[in-house]
Amino acid sequence: MMVAWTIYISFLGALALLLMPKGNAAAARIVALLTALAGFALALAAFCTHRSGEMLTVTRVPWIPSLGIEYHLAADGISLTLVLLTGVIAVAGILFSWNVALRTQEFFAFYLLLIGAVYGVFLSYDLFLLFVFYEIVIIPKYFLIAIWGSTRREYGAMKLALYSFVGSAMVLIGLIAAFVVSGAKSMALGDLAGYAFPAHFQMWAFPLVFVGFGILAGLWPFHTWAPTGHVAAPTAASMLLAGVVMKLGAYGCLRVAMTLFPLGLNSWGFHVLGLGSWRDVFAVLAVIGIVYGAMVALVQRDFKFVIGYSSVSHMGFILLGLMTLNQIGLSGAVLQMVSHGILAGLMFAVVGRMVYERTHTRDLKILSGFNLNHAIPFAAVVFVIAGMGSMGLPGLSGFVAEMMIVIGAWRAFPLLAVCVGVGIVVGVAYIWRAMQKAFFAEPEMVLETHEPLAAISIPEKLGAMILIAASVAVGLYPQMLLRVIVPALNSPLFEGLRKGNWQ
Amino acid sequence: MNGCPCISVLTAIPVIGAVVVLLARNRNRRMTRWLALGFSLLSLAMTLLIWHYFNSASGAMQFQEQHAWVAMLGAEYRVGIDGLGLLMLLLSAIVVPIAMAASWQIEDRVPLYFSLVLLLQACLFGTFTALNFFHWFIFWELGLIPAFFLIKIWGGPKRTAAATQFLVYTMVGSVAMLLSFLALFLAVHTFDFATLAQLAQGGQLMPAVVAKLSTHRLIPHHLAMWIFAGVFLGFAVKVPILPFHTWLPIAYSEAPTGTTILLTGAMSKMGLYGILRILLPIFGEQMQRVSTPLLWMAVATIVLSGYSALAQKDMKRIFAYSSINHLGYCLLAIFAVVKFTGNDAGLLTQKYAAMNGAMLQMFNHGLTAAAVFWFIALLEKRSGGLQGRNDFGGLRKVVPVMAGLMGIALFSSLGLPGLNGFVGEFLIFKGVFPLAGWAAALSVLGLLVTAVFILGVIQRVFTGQLNPRWAAMPDLTTAERMALAPVIALMFAVGLYPQMLLAMVNSTAMQIVQQVRLAF
Repeated sequence: MMVAWTIYISFLGALALLLMPKGNAAAARIVALLTALAGFALALAAFCTHRSGEMLTVTRVPWIPSLGIEYHLAADGISLTLVLLTGVIAVAGILFSWNVALRTQEFFAFYLLLIGAVYGVFLSYDLFLLFVFYEIVIIPKYFLIAIWGSTRREYGAMKLALYSFVGSAMVLIGLIAAFVVSGAKSMALGDLAGYAFPAHFQMWAFPLVFVGFGILAGLWPFHTWAPTGHVAAPTAASMLLAGVVMKLGAYGCLRVAMTLFPLGLNSWGFHVLGLGSWRDVFAVLAVIGIVYGAMVALVQRDFKFVIGYSSVSHMGFILLGLMTLNQIGLSGAVLQMVSHGILAGLMFAVVGRMVYERTHTRDLKILSGFNLNHAIPFAAVVFVIAGMGSMGLPGLSGFVAEMMIVIGAWRAFPLLAVCVGVGIVVGVAYIWRAMQKAFFAEPEMVLETHEPLAAISIPEKLGAMILIAASVAVGLYPQMLLRVIVPALNSPLFEGLRKGNWQ
Repeated sequence: MNGCPCISVLTAIPVIGAVVVLLARNRNRRMTRWLALGFSLLSLAMTLLIWHYFNSASGAMQFQEQHAWVAMLGAEYRVGIDGLGLLMLLLSAIVVPIAMAASWQIEDRVPLYFSLVLLLQACLFGTFTALNFFHWFIFWELGLIPAFFLIKIWGGPKRTAAATQFLVYTMVGSVAMLLSFLALFLAVHTFDFATLAQLAQGGQLMPAVVAKLSTHRLIPHHLAMWIFAGVFLGFAVKVPILPFHTWLPIAYSEAPTGTTILLTGAMSKMGLYGILRILLPIFGEQMQRVSTPLLWMAVATIVLSGYSALAQKDMKRIFAYSSINHLGYCLLAIFAVVKFTGNDAGLLTQKYAAMNGAMLQMFNHGLTAAAVFWFIALLEKRSGGLQGRNDFGGLRKVVPVMAGLMGIALFSSLGLPGLNGFVGEFLIFKGVFPLAGWAAALSVLGLLVTAVFILGVIQRVFTGQLNPRWAAMPDLTTAERMALAPVIALMFAVGLYPQMLLAMVNSTAMQIVQQVRLAF
């Protein structure tokens, strides 16, 4: 299968950029864009040819035979869906970085390195390999923020890196423990998932690995890196962070924590504060994340913080979907990964690229003086569409995904489903508040002094169109993704989960 | 007409229109307006064509189209109309051109304005024809967006507050409704209105829901009530029913008048339509349990909004409250029909009358309110935006034609026999008196107050001392007269020959009443 080339071509592109003669920014952009397009085309081809949704091996080469570690790539419906998402976001992110002037080649090299590693995580079947790619992601992420970032970039970058390392450490402990307990023969996902770990072992390994990945997925209360990191990052990096890197965490929760240790979700046999299992705990944390993220977003003055906290809120939906443990909720969670990837990418593009780089402020109060809906109407329209999707208006991707998650939640946690309703309403409120302040302020407050803003450029328009089209396509015809997601969830890999807790 | 996806085409016309109007980016504002009006007239023609081929004798869904969509979510593309659907399509198709005509004087961002109006029309068509919740909800929610921006960008001084309040109220209602429907879906795996109604009438729906959500410590009967309450809230905000109406006066008065026409003429009917199409068939049992409080709410809606209108000075606010009041009669009829489920043949006729009346009243209120607000827009245009009841005076002398025609619209709103406003209210009271005498008797107060405030408007604006400021006010132009003539003619036509609409809705009304009877 060609899909493995998504990884290689991204790394090759990064290498080519570093080796190119310095000083030719235009060529660097073109190379980066072509690389990303090639990756997207490969992802699309793989997605379209994949019929069953089952796990299919892509490449399998022995790597460290003494430990049973292999270079083993495989893809099922869930990974291909996320690979496709990565391809879309990668292309859009480059289009929105068209104006990066500082060390352009290195910027795009790091960018492609990040993308390649993300593809790697989604395609890894061997858990050691997965972990390697997962670690590689952290490095370019750090540099992208620390060098090209804005507000408190060193702080944001360091916080992000530290949180990621802590999470990775927890994951690593869990994986090594699993490797040892299972008899140290293989690190392949299927083998480990098939091994019947003792229940008491799963009971502590599950939360360890789940939280380890959950940190990157913005699990409340370990989410605080997310808003600061997003705010500090340059536009393309925030798009990648929110669009795909946070999905790595969610993907790890589903693919590793939940398949390896399904019994960890079982009841403890006793109740603490009305919570009877890790499943209850994480579901409650997820809902707190949804409501808390939305409420904090409601009171931010910095436009990018609004979107940063909205990401926390939306990632809460994914985690809640995972904890419903029923088919509709889990499929909804995967769909929400895609949907949030697209919409968060779009919103960060509007805020970071279209607005901030023209007005050089993200303060909503100052922005209201720019009368942006007259100055850059295109940005206003795009933000309205992204906002509609984000608040879950039907017709866009957010609605279907959140709806499926809420259906699943109704089944598993009726009371929490009602709380989610509150979160959705607050979600509507913060989007409209930000939109009104940033784009549709009253004309009395308009400053007359500022210079006319530059028009929206063609790459920006293209990038926005791509993401909007993707969101509408998923919103109107989710079947397109569900056709591979659902069979993937029914595959043998998730059997432990289905046997134990599936409702 | 067989095999033609008439309804999809009908919904597509305004969407295409919206795109064309927006992309044409015509510098020439007149061209833009005519283009938009052209599209709305095209959809009116299409609606009339559908009416022509519609079989009024049947209460069944017609012009159905059905396509698979998202099987896992029970989503289907399923559309169709019965008499009620057709009536609402007709009303939307008539109201939108009126709204455009009343927005003719808007000069700011003309293409965007008309494009949003067309988009709103598409959402109206979609809402009135969709037969699957998933599909229906898309249009129900999307309709908010153009309405929000129409208020927000072109509204009066308090437009931001008005638009936000409108949006947030409606959203809260919608989210509550969505949650309830997701619970239903979880239990029975379908979003199809007809299937849900069948299950509900067979008494299987709520037990299934209760069985699914039984992990929870709610009494089954209460759980069913909560689910009903969520859906009810969604519609109650939209109609609105007291006490969920507080977004309405400010929204109607701050919106540009052309938009107010859309809001009151067509969008408010979305709520009533939802009550008839969704609430009544699916939650008939729950509605019956609380029918007395519901009737009280209807009475309060009628009487209190009437008195509120009396206290207003701003004409747009007066007629905003008057809208609540008029829709209250529809609620009164619907809830009265729900209350009595016996098999008494005598009462059955009364229920048919009340239900027919409610539907006619929906149409008539839309038409009349649109006309009244159109006249207010014409007054605004001549006075530079004034809309106070006391800003004018004695206009009869300078603008006799306008005074006469607006008088007709106002008298229709008041319910004068011979005009369209009368027939609906007459049928409603005829039906409700035997069903729920006390409610009907109290509601008569609303009728009285309506007469008082409408006569008050006529008196202060058109009669009395001529306000010297308006001595040179121009009367209606020929173009305006020609545009108004069909509307006024339609008012008389419906008033004198209501049969033309009654024939359309009668079998549907009877069917809805019988469904309610079956519920218990």
